[in-house]
Amino acid sequence: MTPYSSFLFFIILGILLLPTMTLGIMGKRLRYYNVFVSIVVLAIIFSEGSAGFFSLVAFTILQLILIKGYIAYRQKKNSSLVFYVMSMLSILPLILSKVLPILAVDNLASFLGISYLTFRAVQVIIETRDGLIKQQLSIYQLVYFMLFYPTISSGPIDRFRRFQKDEEKLWAPEEYKELLYKGINKIFLGFLYKFIIGYSINTYFIMNLDHIADSMFTHHLLYMYSYSLYLFFDFAGYTAFAVGISYIMGIRSPENFNKPFISRNIKDFWNRWHMSLSFWFRDYVFMRFVFLMKKKKWLQNKMLVSNLGYILLFLLMGVWHGLAIQYIIYGAYHALMMTGFNFFETWNKKHKRWPTGRMMTVVSIVITFHVVCFGFYLFSGRPFQ
Amino acid sequence: MDFKEKVLQVIAEVCEDDVVKEEHDMDIFDAGLIDSFATVELLVQFEEQLDINVPITEFDRDTWNTPNAIVDRLNELK
Repeated sequence: MTPYSSFLFFIILGILLLPTMTLGIMGKRLRYYNVFVSIVVLAIIFSEGSAGFFSLVAFTILQLILIKGYIAYRQKKNSSLVFYVMSMLSILPLILSKVLPILAVDNLASFLGISYLTFRAVQVIIETRDGLIKQQLSIYQLVYFMLFYPTISSGPIDRFRRFQKDEEKLWAPEEYKELLYKGINKIFLGFLYKFIIGYSINTYFIMNLDHIADSMFTHHLLYMYSYSLYLFFDFAGYTAFAVGISYIMGIRSPENFNKPFISRNIKDFWNRWHMSLSFWFRDYVFMRFVFLMKKKKWLQNKMLVSNLGYILLFLLMGVWHGLAIQYIIYGAYHALMMTGFNFFETWNKKHKRWPTGRMMTVVSIVITFHVVCFGFYLFSGRPFQ
Repeated sequence: MDFKEKVLQVIAEVCEDDVVKEEHDMDIFDAGLIDSFATVELLVQFEEQLDINVPITEFDRDTWNTPNAIVDRLNELK
């Protein structure tokens, strides 16, 4: 069963979470019962096809061996080669799951959530390399983090040390009530976003575009706007469910959206859209790339280093969505927008030609909105059909 | 120059703005003085000028957001 896709799923979840909520309000530790809930819900999610289930188990075991092995190694030595090999091995199942379908091989490597789970695993390896995770981690800690069911299918992508703090916390009754209240609020927001607004845009507008639009151009233009809004409400709705259920489980999963359509520029947009993913790429790809270039003094030119970093980040983000033409072009498009903005921002810092004031803020928001919507139009694959 | 002054000097150089030397509790991310690229420069400068190694993953925007906070964090890592 796909998480959060049917009312049955919510009913099952509601019943399973009743004891969690009761225990929480009484100030009791949530851990033991929550492990039981997690196993049941994971079984329900992965019960449909046995292939997906076995891939998930194999994937989890591989990641456990890699992480535990690397922590043990890192306590004694710290070679860059070992770090890169371990990271590559950790990403390998994800790469296979993207490449195998193109080669028309049976895609055994893939299962629901692999793209998101991989990021959680690699992140632990990177933080171990940086010396932030020093102690060996238990199988329970790692599995509970990687397979945390509320966020298993499409994120948000949490960070291990942050997750662990919440997981170890014994919530006082008052604190838990606050958490529960926020969680339930988010779940209702999710219903509004995904099942009312998102659903309506898709069913009553996008699917009827043939009757609404009078020319090819207006058809594509209206599709661009409506698909962008649909994408936001559908994904933000899903995220609200995932974060809301996390809260009830006593984990404050990070947010993914912060009013993305009022971004003032493209850089601002990437701090507001699918944040847990873009911050992951920012921290573990862009910043590490820039750091490497600067420290080894391979490249000195500021503009060149940051632009290469953006190109690397967005091309990777594109392929991460899937090895299809629309995702690669989507990545390239955003790489172009970010590097273009980077030039403009530097130029404007010197010359101060872009006027400021409330009016210009509105103009900036409108321009950014259109740049972003055109990106989603590419992402949808519609122009390539 | 004491440690705090040195740190503030590095931050001011990276931000290209001396305001950080005056307003020690200003959020340099919210003020738009620093982005992820400049953050990396900051870390490289800490290592080169102060000989303090701050891993990128250690640099959390919520706890390294003001000049004072940065001085505190660096004191912890010294």
